[in-house]
Order: sequence, then structure tokens, then C-alpha cells
Amino acid sequence: MKKNNAVLLSAPYLIWMVVFTLIPLGVVAYYALTDPSTGAFSLGNLANLGMYLPVLWQSIVYSLVSACICLILGYPVAYFIAHCSVRAQKFLYMLVMLPMCMSFLLRTLAWVGLLQDTGIINTLLGKIGIGPLTMIRTPGAVVLGMVYNYLPYMILPLYATIVKIDPRLIEAAEDLGCNGVQVFSRVVLPLSVPGILSGMTMVFVPSVSTFYISQKLGGTDTVLIGDVIERQFKQGNNPNLGAALSLVLMLLVLVCTSILNRFGGDQEEGGVLV
Amino acid sequence: MKKAISALLALCLILGCCAALAGCGGQDKTTLYVYNWGQYISEGDDDSLDVIAAFEEAYPDIEVKYSTYDSNEIMYSKLSNGGITVDVIIPSDYMIGRMRQEGMLMELNFDNIPNYQYIDEAFRNTSYDPENKYSVPYTWGTVGIIYNTKYVDEADVTGWELLWNEKYAGKILMFDNSRDAFGIAQYLLGYDINTTDEAELQACADKLAEQKPVVQQYVMDQIFDAMENEEAWIAPYYAGDYLTMVEENPDLAFYRPEHQGFNMFIDAMCIPTCCQEKEAAELFINFLCDPEISAANMDYLGYSVPASASKEYLDPELAANEIAYPSQEALANATSFDYLPEETSRYVENLFMEVRNG
Repeated sequence: MKKNNAVLLSAPYLIWMVVFTLIPLGVVAYYALTDPSTGAFSLGNLANLGMYLPVLWQSIVYSLVSACICLILGYPVAYFIAHCSVRAQKFLYMLVMLPMCMSFLLRTLAWVGLLQDTGIINTLLGKIGIGPLTMIRTPGAVVLGMVYNYLPYMILPLYATIVKIDPRLIEAAEDLGCNGVQVFSRVVLPLSVPGILSGMTMVFVPSVSTFYISQKLGGTDTVLIGDVIERQFKQGNNPNLGAALSLVLMLLVLVCTSILNRFGGDQEEGGVLV
Repeated sequence: MKKAISALLALCLILGCCAALAGCGGQDKTTLYVYNWGQYISEGDDDSLDVIAAFEEAYPDIEVKYSTYDSNEIMYSKLSNGGITVDVIIPSDYMIGRMRQEGMLMELNFDNIPNYQYIDEAFRNTSYDPENKYSVPYTWGTVGIIYNTKYVDEADVTGWELLWNEKYAGKILMFDNSRDAFGIAQYLLGYDINTTDEAELQACADKLAEQKPVVQQYVMDQIFDAMENEEAWIAPYYAGDYLTMVEENPDLAFYRPEHQGFNMFIDAMCIPTCCQEKEAAELFINFLCDPEISAANMDYLGYSVPASASKEYLDPELAANEIAYPSQEALANATSFDYLPEETSRYVENLFMEVRNG
């Protein structure tokens, strides 16, 4: 009876998943494996992918760098928030979430206005006789855009993990003679691994497939795999190649996340899992 | 408790769906879907005429749903993927030729478009629609180079090679659509712009790849902002849009490389086969051809009107403007894009992708 109830309650979402996840996935696979002009079965789309390997590699590097920077910036903040009073925690948590209330496209476009050669920063610098500095259309600007947009996805799971660490464990470690550094490296850090992993995943996955950030903040060389896929559907009129690229990207993301999760496989589950 | 909540949620979902369906079915207004280039109709900014509002006022039982695209290719992909309803589109010449040959356009009923009489002879019997069955010209224009006189030395403005000039590296914009981009390379290299020769096309791609290091961005309508606020200094674009930009930034100038050749295009209104409201679509096309409406529309757009009757209602300054209405001598080297076979279109598209992906 209990089991039946569970099935019944989860039915709406299960149906949702089949209709909007599994079936579309099948459609993507179908397109990826058919020829654009004849519609017959073909591996041609996948055979052509070699040409996009450098772009794929570039996307992975950019998003890994972004994820690492997010971790370095996000961990201390999450740690700090987790050790504030409950009221302060709520307030700070809201502050972290706040930028996410505004459209992602607008936030990225705002950076264009800040960074461009005739933008706000360069105009101000010009007033005091510096510059203009080349900021936009550089790899740095793309990474900045990713870090800025996805940092909350790192902080929130980290915070959720750190706040749950039992303070008695830290007290015990101190009682047993650990100094501050040792408490952190041998107790707090290992216990926050699940949060680190889900944070890394949650930053890496959207970064690796983004196209808007690289189109707005990147130059002609910072083409990411998301741009290529978008262009196949929009201008290229080659949804088959686009689908093949998406499929490869999806596989890659799965491989990357499973490697990440392998590191923390024996850890206690925690944080926000993807 | 949980069951009650999930039942409630399910109920909400069902009610929501019903409401949405009722919303679609419950109106007796005809909905007309118009799919046009971005920034390509007067929408009432700066005291101009709001063409769509005027149409809805003239035909109160028709409601226009307006959406835009960035390039012919984007519009083509969207339509050829199917599954959407569009009643009126305004593609360029070569794309009309392609869609006509692929059976994607409907024949127009000219009884519903009496204003077709105003279209000049020069814009009838075109290569893309030789029997005037599928299209009604909306605008025409030319492609040239827009540059900022504050930063660009006049001595460097010698032809299309300006877009390759390393002196202005990082300040040059380039077309983000294969046909216009390849066209420029073809004029520069002296090839026919409708070539199907793969070696020539490959040479064009090499030329474009050579340009990539000096290009700031590949853009379409983002060009307006970039040129107006001087983020970029040099860009190839359509003459009509130059006239809009120069109102915002008087330092901009327009140059047509007449000795090398340049593109002259016609954008015309068509009805695709996915149209649901053909008669309303024809009314809309007819409305846009009305000389007064069309003049008010072009006053804002800056593009050239293909009907002399409308020209009389135009702002006289614009009607006399050499950039919008070049003389016959100036147009001596102008050429138009023709429809390319599908194989060549795809080949060019792939080459352009390679250039863009580097």
C-alpha cells in the first residue's frame, strides 16, 4: 500500500520526465544519427566531430577554470555564512541568491556595458588618465562572466554542507590537540567534500554548455561548444550536426561528473545533489 | 495530507491547461503572425508611425503577432524545421528564390493586393520571382562600409580591403551571415558572387579566415549599438541602417566600393506554406504597400522604397539622399545574390562555420 502511494504521488513528475526528458533525448539521438539531407541512418555527423575537438577542449578548460575560481572564492564565503548567527545567515543567504532574481541575459549584458572599450570602467579610468584597457573580448572576460553568473551555485551547496557539520566534531578535534589548521584540513574540509563536489558540478555543467556569455564577453577566438551548437540550429540549418554535438557534450558532462563523484563516492551524502 | 496536496496541485495544472486552451479558442479575432528582420518596421519610436498599430486600427478584427529574426538563414531554418505558424515573412531576394524552388511559398492572390500597382517596373520580373507570383517588394538597398570619420583615415577608405586593415584591428565588425560575408570576399577577390565553384569558395573562406584576427565581433543588429557608441569603427552593413545610425552619431560615414562591386538587394513580402490566414496576410501586405504608409515606414527605416508613388510622400531630404537612392551610374557595378543550389548553400555554410570556429 505504502509503495503504491509513492508511485501514485510521483506519477506526475515521472510522466513529466518521460515526456520532457526521455522522449526529447530520443529525438536528439535520432537527429544525431541521421543524414541532414536524406534522413537516412548515418554516422556522418559523428564522424565530422573531429573538427570541433579544439572547441570542445577550450570549453572544458574555461569551465574547469571557472569552477576552480568559484570554489576558491566561494568556500570562504560559505564558511563565513555558516558560522554567522541564524539571522545573519538568512540575510547573507538572501544576498547570495539576490542576483539570481534578475535575468541571466541582463546580468551578462550589464558586464558588456562595464567592460567594453567605451564602457563605464574605461570611461572612469580615462578621466584619471589611465587606459583604455582591453578587458572585453578576452578569455578573462569569459571566465569572469562564468564566475559571476554561477558563483551562487557554488556557495549554496557549500553552505548547506558546512552548516550541517556537527560542531562537536570540531570541539573533539580541538580537545584531542588539533590546532586551527589541522581542524580545518582534517575535519572541516573532508566533511565538506560533498558540497565541494556538487558545487563544482553545478558550476561546471552550465559553464561548459553556455553560449551567451562567450558571445557577449568573448572575442572571435573564444568560441565555445555551446556557440557552435547554437549556430548549427539557427544559421547553419543543420540540426543533425547540432544534435550530434549536443550528444557528445552530454556524454562528456556525464563522464566529468562521474569522475568528480568518484572522488567523493565513499563520503556521506550531503549538500545539494545534482 | 500529502495526497491532498498533490491532488490539489494536479487540479491546478489541469485548470491551468484548460484556461490556456480556452484563451486560444475563445477569441473571434484573427491572429496574424508576421516574422520580419529585426529593426525593420516603424514601431512608433521618435514620433514615427506605428505601422502595426495602424494596421490593427484599420482592421480591428485582426491581431498581429510580430517577431523578428537576425538573418535570412535563421528565418529559413526556423521555417524549414516546421511546427510553427507564420503568415507573412520578408526575406531577401536569394532566399525567396531558394524558398520558391523548395516549394515553401504560396502563390499570392493579387486581387487582395491592389496596391501592387504602385511597385515600380524595375522591381518586377526579378530573377528570384520571374513571374511575380510569390512576392511583393518591401524595400531595396545596397551594402557598403560604415566607418567613423573620427578614427578612420580617409586615405585608407579605398575599397573592401578596409575591412582587412590591421591598423584598425579590433575595431572592425563583420557580417554574421554566410551570404553577405562571402559576398564581400568575392567582390574583393573579383569572383562572381553567385559562384558555385568550390575552389573559389574555398579561397573566399581563406580570405575571411585571414580577416578574423582583426575582427572585433561577427554581428548583425548589434552593430547599431557598437557603431553608435564608437565601440567599433568600421563595419559593412545595409545603407538603410546607416541612415538610422548616422542620426545618433553624425561622425559616421557610408562608403560603397563602386569599383569593386557591391550587393544590391531587394527584400520582399511573401506568404510561406505554413500560413493559416492567407487573406489577412494579403491584407497586411497590401497595407504595407500603401504609398502613405510605406513612406512613413521608410522615413523611419531609412531603407529605399521600391515604389515611386511612395517616394512622393517621403521626407524630401531622404528622397534626395544619394545613399538611399543612388544614381544609375553608381549602381553600374551593383550585383544581386541569386539562389544557390542546396549543395552549394550547405558548402558555404560549412566553410563559414569553419571560419567562425577557427
